[in-house]
Amino acid sequence: MAGSVQRVAVGQIEVRQRPSETIVLVGNPNAGKSTLFNRLTGLRQKTANYPGVTVEKRSGWLKLPDKTVELFDLPGTYALSAEATDERIAVEMLLGRLPDIPAPSGILVVIDGTRLYQGLYLVQQLAELQVPMACAVTMLDAARVRGVRVDLSALSVYLGMPVVGVTGTTGQGIEALTELLGRLSSLAPPTRPEPWPELWTTAKHLSDLSGDARNPVEMQRILIDGGSELATDLAAGLDETTLTAVAAGRKSLSRVGPLQATEARRRYGSIRAALPKIEQRSPAALTLGARIWDQLNRPLPATLGFFAVMAVVFQAVFSWATPFMDAIDAATGAVGGWLAQQLPAGILTSLMVDGVVAGVGSVIIFLPQILMLFLFIIVLEDSGYLARAAFLMDRAMRSAGLSGQSVIPMLSSFACAIPGIMATRVIPNRRDRIATIIAAPFMTCSARLPVYALLIAAFVPRASVGVFNLQGLVLFGLYMLGILGGLATALMLRKTALRGPKPTFMLNMPEFRWPSLRNVAIKLLDRARVFLRRAGTVIFAVAIVVWALAYFPRSDDIAAEAAAATAAVTQSLNGDELRAAQADIRNRAAARQLEQSWLGRAGRAVEPAFAPLGWDWRVSAGVIAGFPAREVVIAVLGTIYAVGAEAEEATLAAKLKAAVWPDGRPVFTLPMVVGLLIFYAWCLQCAATLAVIRRETNSWRWPVFAWLYMTGAGYLGALTAFQVGTMLS
Amino acid sequence: MTLADLQQGQRVVIRHVDTRDRHAQRLMVLGLVEDAELTFSGAAVGGDPLEFRLYGAAISLRREQAEAFSVEAAGLEA
Repeated sequence: MAGSVQRVAVGQIEVRQRPSETIVLVGNPNAGKSTLFNRLTGLRQKTANYPGVTVEKRSGWLKLPDKTVELFDLPGTYALSAEATDERIAVEMLLGRLPDIPAPSGILVVIDGTRLYQGLYLVQQLAELQVPMACAVTMLDAARVRGVRVDLSALSVYLGMPVVGVTGTTGQGIEALTELLGRLSSLAPPTRPEPWPELWTTAKHLSDLSGDARNPVEMQRILIDGGSELATDLAAGLDETTLTAVAAGRKSLSRVGPLQATEARRRYGSIRAALPKIEQRSPAALTLGARIWDQLNRPLPATLGFFAVMAVVFQAVFSWATPFMDAIDAATGAVGGWLAQQLPAGILTSLMVDGVVAGVGSVIIFLPQILMLFLFIIVLEDSGYLARAAFLMDRAMRSAGLSGQSVIPMLSSFACAIPGIMATRVIPNRRDRIATIIAAPFMTCSARLPVYALLIAAFVPRASVGVFNLQGLVLFGLYMLGILGGLATALMLRKTALRGPKPTFMLNMPEFRWPSLRNVAIKLLDRARVFLRRAGTVIFAVAIVVWALAYFPRSDDIAAEAAAATAAVTQSLNGDELRAAQADIRNRAAARQLEQSWLGRAGRAVEPAFAPLGWDWRVSAGVIAGFPAREVVIAVLGTIYAVGAEAEEATLAAKLKAAVWPDGRPVFTLPMVVGLLIFYAWCLQCAATLAVIRRETNSWRWPVFAWLYMTGAGYLGALTAFQVGTMLS
Repeated sequence: MTLADLQQGQRVVIRHVDTRDRHAQRLMVLGLVEDAELTFSGAAVGGDPLEFRLYGAAISLRREQAEAFSVEAAGLEA
């Protein structure tokens, strides 16, 4: 035991150097860890990423009467044999192997009272670390509903550590837990369970042999998980003698079977033996709620229920958010209009009105939808429904080479790819996760809708096809185009660049539980903050850049001519006629200014590249302006066609219909419009999405690939539609 | 009989795990070991994936993975 005792002492020295002790919260996924963490820290928490990976590091402060303790909410894990990146971070944190973060002075292990069997496996592995430890048991109310009574004192005796029952949603038991955490670091380490004595003896011997370079728990991982990244890391730097002894130990322990299997058999054997003393199961007198839940979980009702839940989410995101969005739109317009009146015309006013105000507006206009979407994702997550949805949709998603866990991120992307991509964090397998991230921007997000609406209203006849409306059918087709593009891409990636062994599929589906308002609020606030920081800043910067491209250089001649024309009409016209004439002059001047701006010149420069798609320089300029943020295109087209950036859809549509090439041929032919729609369905025109992909994949490779690939797909789609369509007509 | 051949509500004990299967070894770490008792709760639409109860936990496996676990009946659950 000398090694372990020394380890604790080292922990204490490090604690003295920092202003506070560190306690880590660890447990199985969905054990209620985060709810407990939010209860303990309230808003005194921060979210960052662990260095070099996209695993969220959540830490916070727990205020005690005599000191402040830093709490870490570790990613959920079932065992120390870490496979996924986030599990590995959790294990490395527990082993004190992360740079700049001291080894924990105490561990609070959280177990779900309805799933003690699986929870105790991790507790058993952790107890061998011989660090001060306590155990919090959650979901005791749900266990009672299922007819399970957990004897906490028997559990405490079995584990040799203090045990507290808590209900994170109501806060019951939190006081006792806080008191316990206050003295945690001074507790004696728990009893060391001995489910497989030969393993411990071997690991202990190897640890001594390495001169305590690795503790016995680390040695167990080296012995058992030989090939894993963590075990390889741990083995690196050991001397030759120790490594030879490791190989010998592995051979001798493997005589009874594969090591990982034997470890699981021994540990679960010991847990199964202890379980009858800890929990009493009686045939449950299920509550009405639980019985309805069980009925809803039959295959057909469950699948129908899933579609119903999704319908509600979509309804909320697309129609309940609309009044808020309209209000924001109106407010932005009013502020811009007011500023334009108050300030003298000129560059600063234009920067304020068309750059800053419009830029801020374009960030917050999406907030109602995105917050609504986040709210639903959090509620579904906290109620335990996300895993259920993954179970129901697994078979369908398998056709795209993905698993059911990709369903919610994909569906979220119908509102906005950013929350969708952020929601991929629940996918444990890295390849699945990246394939989902790349497929997500194909889904028809709400920023594409104004463009679709404009083009469909202008160019698709209001005819009926059978019982269907042709315009509606085209819109539906565009949605399908996005879905097919995304799924085909995911499948292609999983067969090529992201080819790899199929991940082990196992879902733990938590019992249904009511989400706590407080927990939902804290998470929502956190994600809104992340959205504003990661996406909001990019969207705002993009608005300023697009403004500058469309504003500079400024032609004095055009301004002078417009001023002269205005003066002329002022003398000859009155009232409404005068106002109309002035507006017309203003819009024409704006169109000419834009034509000779950098953006207009860029449109002309790339015209040859887009000519095979049937686009003139105006459409090209609009599309270029839309690359950083696709929704910009409407305002740019409005300005180019001299009807003003805030023009009514019908006014702009009429202008588009009338647009002709220099030789008099119409620009917007049916094949060209179809091509343009396909381009919008597939092209990745959103700098904020690229920034989030970069952030979530932790490399430039994937955003660059996504951009090139989607732009290429959009271009080819538009090219095919235009060329084939023109040939046929 | 394997975990993939059960009737809804059937209660079984795992008798043998095919440890040559990489997935099976990972699933053992999650509690699917010899002598563990499970109840088959049902399958999703289309017959896959499958859902089981394992000492209070509701877990789900794909059919192809469930085939690595040989089981024996343990009587129907009350």
